[in-house]
Amino acid sequence: MGGFFDIPSDLQASWWGLIGLHLQEALIPVLFGLLIALPLAQLGARFRWLYPPMLGVTTVLYALPSLAFIVLLINWTGLSTTTVEIPLTIYSLVVLIPAIVDGVRSVPEETHAAATAMGFGPFRRYLQVELPIAVPAIFAGLRVATVSSISLVSVGALIGNEGGLGNLLSDALHYHRPILSWNSVITTAVLAILIDGLLVLLRRLLTPWAVR
Amino acid sequence: MNLFHYADVFFSNNANWSGADGIPTRLTEHVQYSLMALAIAAVIALPLGLVTGHTGRGGNALALVATAGRALPSFGLLVLLTVLMGLGLTPVMIPLVALAVPPILVTTYEAVRSVDRALVDAARGMGMEPLRVLFQVELPVALPLILSGVRSAAVQIVSTATIAAYVSFGGLGRYIVDGLYQVDYNKVVGGAVLVAGLALVTLGLFWVAGRVFVSAGVRRQQR
Repeated sequence: MGGFFDIPSDLQASWWGLIGLHLQEALIPVLFGLLIALPLAQLGARFRWLYPPMLGVTTVLYALPSLAFIVLLINWTGLSTTTVEIPLTIYSLVVLIPAIVDGVRSVPEETHAAATAMGFGPFRRYLQVELPIAVPAIFAGLRVATVSSISLVSVGALIGNEGGLGNLLSDALHYHRPILSWNSVITTAVLAILIDGLLVLLRRLLTPWAVR
Repeated sequence: MNLFHYADVFFSNNANWSGADGIPTRLTEHVQYSLMALAIAAVIALPLGLVTGHTGRGGNALALVATAGRALPSFGLLVLLTVLMGLGLTPVMIPLVALAVPPILVTTYEAVRSVDRALVDAARGMGMEPLRVLFQVELPVALPLILSGVRSAAVQIVSTATIAAYVSFGGLGRYIVDGLYQVDYNKVVGGAVLVAGLALVTLGLFWVAGRVFVSAGVRRQQR
């Protein structure tokens, strides 16, 4: 006992298990954030007067400290992963909305007009013209949201073992095993960089026309 | 709503308003540590961002710093450094500064770089020295964006300084962490409300700073 990969039994998970938990807890919120952000951003891009107040609300929400956000939610969702995932969803949302709006707005007027002239309705134009052109901007937002989310999940360790790899941190303190905190920090950082790389790869696959 | 009840019990308890664990003490600690971290980060990141933005070099290196900064888990770093160095100011300051440098550095670089080239050329044509171009043209025009970078750094510092209570650090996070251990939900909610309030005040201060320091002409152009 005492090695890098010897995970204390109270966590009831192997190293790989913790990685799985961590990814699940970090990525589900980003996915939900994206699903909510897409229609909201479309509204913000369409109705210009709506965007500044929307940006104001998201700035305020982003300022709310994660730990405060999490503990206030305990009242409704208890000591669960949901309690950690809700703030992460909000933070992702906040990063994604401006990214998508900027992306959709960057679609040139001529492209817009050409699509309309070809008989594209608003919905089809959105799906087949605006969204693909906005992909690089959306991915820039997705990368920030995903990497921050992976880093923030660990805070869940503070409300009991709800922090994925972050749970190793509390065990490092309880059992006086610094190696566990090394494990947590290194694994989390490597995970974030790997997923970031995957997103870059995915963006290249989705935008074969882009200049490399 | 339950939360209001919890918060009310916490804030109407006189014992919470004085002494070493009183709200004034904890608030002062939190503000002090946050300001200290922000000042260190600004001293490191602002000059670097201004110079790289002015010369337009080093963008790739900065992008790398930004990604690395985000990927570094600040809570993990906090615990790791405390385990290694023992309780103290340094193991808390390092993650806070590491957290704040990338946003300031990257937005400052982007802000100075994206200043209209025509303005810079005009300034040069008028015979301005590079330093005067930087401080009298580029900096004032880039200021709104630079402030937004410092703002997001400040907000993240306030947020992460809260988590620092977990490693026996002072500040408002104490209420949340102690409250969770003592199963005293009044304390937890009271602490959360205070921290959220402080974060919002920080946001407000930067809004005011934008009004005061950004020149009226630049502000009008932004709309």
